[in-house]
Amino acid sequence: MVTVAEQESIKVIVFKLMDKEYAIPVSHVQGIEKMMHITRVPRTEKFVKGVINLRGVVTPIINLRERFGLPPAENTESVRIIIVQLDDVEVGFVVDSANDVIDIPVKSIEPQPEVVGVKEEAFISGVSKIGNRLLILLHLDKVLNLSE
Amino acid sequence: MEMNQQYLDMFIEESKEHLQACSDLLLELEKNPNDISIVNEIFRSAHTLKGMAATMGFEDLADLTHKMENVLDAIRNEKIKVDSNLLDIVFESVDHLEAMITDIASGGNGKRDVSEIVEKLKAIEAGKQIPSSTPVQQEIAADVAVEEEISAGRYLIYDEYDITVLQQSKEQGFNAYEITVSLRQDCLLKAARVYMVFQVLEKCGEVIKSFPTVENLEEEQFDQNFQVAFISKDSAEEIQKKVSKVSEIENVVVVPLTDEMVRKASKEEIATKERQQQDLEKSNQAPTKQKEEPAKKETNASKQSAHSKTIRVSIERLDILMNLFEELVIDRGRLQSIANDVKHSELTETVERMSRTMGDLQNIVLTMRMIPIETVFNRFPKMVRSLSRELNKKINLEIIGAETELDRTVIDEIGDPLVHLIRNSVDHGIESPDVRKSKGKPEEGTVTLRAYHSGNYVFIEIEDDGAGINKDKVLKKAIERGIVTKESALSLTDKQINELIFESGFSTAEKITDVSGRGVGLDVVKTTIQSLGGSISIESQEDVGSKFSIQLPLTLSIISVMLVEIEKEIYAIPLSSIIETSIIKKSEILNAHNQKVIDFRGKVVPLIFLDEVFEVPRSEAFDDEYQSVVIVRKGDKLAGLVVDSFIGQQEIVLKSLGNYLKNIFAISGATILGNGQVALIIDINALMK
Repeated sequence: MVTVAEQESIKVIVFKLMDKEYAIPVSHVQGIEKMMHITRVPRTEKFVKGVINLRGVVTPIINLRERFGLPPAENTESVRIIIVQLDDVEVGFVVDSANDVIDIPVKSIEPQPEVVGVKEEAFISGVSKIGNRLLILLHLDKVLNLSE
Repeated sequence: MEMNQQYLDMFIEESKEHLQACSDLLLELEKNPNDISIVNEIFRSAHTLKGMAATMGFEDLADLTHKMENVLDAIRNEKIKVDSNLLDIVFESVDHLEAMITDIASGGNGKRDVSEIVEKLKAIEAGKQIPSSTPVQQEIAADVAVEEEISAGRYLIYDEYDITVLQQSKEQGFNAYEITVSLRQDCLLKAARVYMVFQVLEKCGEVIKSFPTVENLEEEQFDQNFQVAFISKDSAEEIQKKVSKVSEIENVVVVPLTDEMVRKASKEEIATKERQQQDLEKSNQAPTKQKEEPAKKETNASKQSAHSKTIRVSIERLDILMNLFEELVIDRGRLQSIANDVKHSELTETVERMSRTMGDLQNIVLTMRMIPIETVFNRFPKMVRSLSRELNKKINLEIIGAETELDRTVIDEIGDPLVHLIRNSVDHGIESPDVRKSKGKPEEGTVTLRAYHSGNYVFIEIEDDGAGINKDKVLKKAIERGIVTKESALSLTDKQINELIFESGFSTAEKITDVSGRGVGLDVVKTTIQSLGGSISIESQEDVGSKFSIQLPLTLSIISVMLVEIEKEIYAIPLSSIIETSIIKKSEILNAHNQKVIDFRGKVVPLIFLDEVFEVPRSEAFDDEYQSVVIVRKGDKLAGLVVDSFIGQQEIVLKSLGNYLKNIFAISGATILGNGQVALIIDINALMK
């Protein structure tokens, strides 16, 4: 994999949670699916909503709102599942909506602003300001780490 | 690059097969040391292996095979006699070859120091084992001369017919040539190149003869070179140029065929003919042998034709096929429900027909993953042979049911446990010949390896007529190691004592031998088998023998389950652990120390409420006068799983929950139901502590 520093820009998938926009590098995204039936898996973390049948592969689903400690949302038409792969782990993130793919210039990525007391802080690898949009880049390793 | 990988894979697979054939046949040869037809077959396998290795550029491999081939050739020409010591060395070479192939398979270059074994082979080949009488020596010398001649490039042998043809064509003004064509080392499609060379030649003349024969050339049964005798009006130079135009050819040598070459060759021919005559006489003396031979050839031929009708498919592709197929199944489910709603007769009919075809298709897809257990079993004869020689024991290995089919994934896993159990039987089970004699048993011990199907299971048994398990010794050891206490030891049944040897850190071997007792105990075997969803048990009687029985699911990917419903959630319970289902009245549930139990056929059975265990969210309290209970078993313990309702029995495809969700309590996996939803499979072992 090419390190971020060597590239001019990175392509990211932008999605929404509440009123904020988040970004995941497109290289980690396997696909974006509409909401489908999720089978609950008992005795797992609360943010693990269960598993879905993704074209024959049983894929776990994480609700990102719950993972970040945000209030739950109503299921609307715009809700999407972003299938993300990191190393040998494949999971789906439930997000409010996902409809943008953009290039972020590497130079525009800044370390996360130091705000104390926000749970999602731990999952953020940086922020990028594109025009008047503020994109929050996710630290996938930490989002997927169950022990936190 | 990818092409090369593909050829490499093919090379590795085929080399393994040839090596396997070599070891099988060598074992057979040891039993019938005078049967030259077996030697011929081994020779053929070795020769093909050599050719393949040379083509792929594995010099060491080709070289060692060549040396082995020389020894086989000497046996075949009855210059040396077959005995166990000689076979030891040939087996050793096969081991080295195997190690090389393994190295190549794991990405190495197949290099290995084989100087020692090469020396040994050379010594045998030089006839060190036979008394040095002059005529034999001379024969060897003559043979060497012939070989030198061959290496100098003289292969073609002309019979009288050929000579007549050559003479006549010369009279008609044709020139006769011998053409030696060398293909490039990396030539991938040798047969195709040969074909192209022949095409070129046939345009400007006629091929009289070739070495190897045309059939062998077509089957790529040659290394890099082949020779043809050719008549043409063209000059040698022209022919050389034309043939060289074919790509992937390294060298073309065109030599005019002189009378001298023809005659000299034919003299050799006469010598071989004489030898054949002798062979014929010999076989006449042994009529039974002659009878056997054609029969053998026949089976060989049928084997080969069967071989050519199969293709190799990687297990990954089969998995992809399986996944695609499951998607189809899901769509079928949707189509069926649409057809039911629409009630259009033609649509319904089509969907029904499609369902039937898909049922057949499913069977085919599933059976494609099944391979005979032979692939695991056939490495054992050689292993038992070398073990018994190492330990100075006489052991006969019987294999029954090698054709029994098992899922590929199980096959891959079962090899090591079996190796362990067989080593155990040979080392600890079978006694040394004098001990056996003193016990009034035949000197030769028997180890039987048996496989058979029964229901949805495959059973593999390793039985020996050896010493059996000494219960006092086992108990003493178990108490020593703190596995059981002295008090509890008294109450153990024989069966329980036998099973103690599966406990971790247990080994009855008094001294650590090379064969077993290296710290890896039978407990590893047990864990492996359990991880495959199987079980192992042992029966033993002192001085009579022991029998290890392994029970394995036919396939890891498909299991029969009972689908049950709790609220709106569907769970699958493996049928293998279900005893029966029953519906009980609420009033039949009893309380015992905060544990709800029922009386099931006179036995007190604890109840497990799955809705509580799995924290199923209930919209309203489930209240019914009757409760559905699935009676399950783990070992000889029973429990009743309380569910809302039964859906029914079904065959399901096992799926993993993936790498993210590991160690989920009491869930062993998942499956996809007809409607496309995921259902979880309950792990009974985890539910019953």
